Amino acid sequence: MTRHEDKEAAVRRLLDTPHPPVPGDLARRAAERGSRRLHRARRVRRALWVLGVIAVAVFFAWASVARPWEVPPAETTPPLDGW
Amino acid sequence: MGEQRSGHGAERTYRAREFDAFVAGAAGRLLHTATLLTAETRTRNPHAQALLTAALAHTYALWGRSPDEDPYELARRELVGRFARTAWRHHGGRGGVLSALHPQERLVLVLRLYEGVAEEQAAALLGLPVARVRAVCARSVAALRAAARSDGTARGRAA
Repeated sequence: MTRHEDKEAAVRRLLDTPHPPVPGDLARRAAERGSRRLHRARRVRRALWVLGVIAVAVFFAWASVARPWEVPPAETTPPLDGW
Repeated sequence: MGEQRSGHGAERTYRAREFDAFVAGAAGRLLHTATLLTAETRTRNPHAQALLTAALAHTYALWGRSPDEDPYELARRELVGRFARTAWRHHGGRGGVLSALHPQERLVLVLRLYEGVAEEQAAALLGLPVARVRAVCARSVAALRAAARSDGTARGRAA
């Protein structure tokens, strides 16, 4: 077990080298890209909301004209003649 | 509308300031992790930089959404996930310390031994069973030791 831990410690030392230099504009580029993503997501969400509202409005307009809850007049009743 | 826009602007500068402070503190370590993963060298690591930029952009977009979450862990999770999805691009080494290992072996080794992530957490992060993480880690350590040894003997013979 200790041998295994020794080996792991050796590999840790191998990995623990000085950090590479970070490009100066990394934070700016990442922030720009992130804010673009954020805005795109916001636009998509807004568009979906607008679509949903339009769909609801169209449904109510149709329903108030077509009145689908009313029983349609019977079409199969024979005409009442000679009464 | 104008009020809303200025509200967005204030939010953006606040977020940007916090984000800049985070990047200033964490980018060095994260870039080192990314460079180990892509097996590039310290001075030439375009893939690692691209990976880190994408991961940080994701972190920026989610900034402040869940205040309990450590942004470093969020960035690391995104970095690891991105690397795992594009691992086939990083099959061959590019002269880094871990060039001898496969992408998955690099992932496990870096998470366990450089980042110090617990076995269970690393397994959850990579979607692997814990036993597999342990096995891959042991195998990678052995492979690295063998590579170092053969390198050493080769160097000894050359000297």
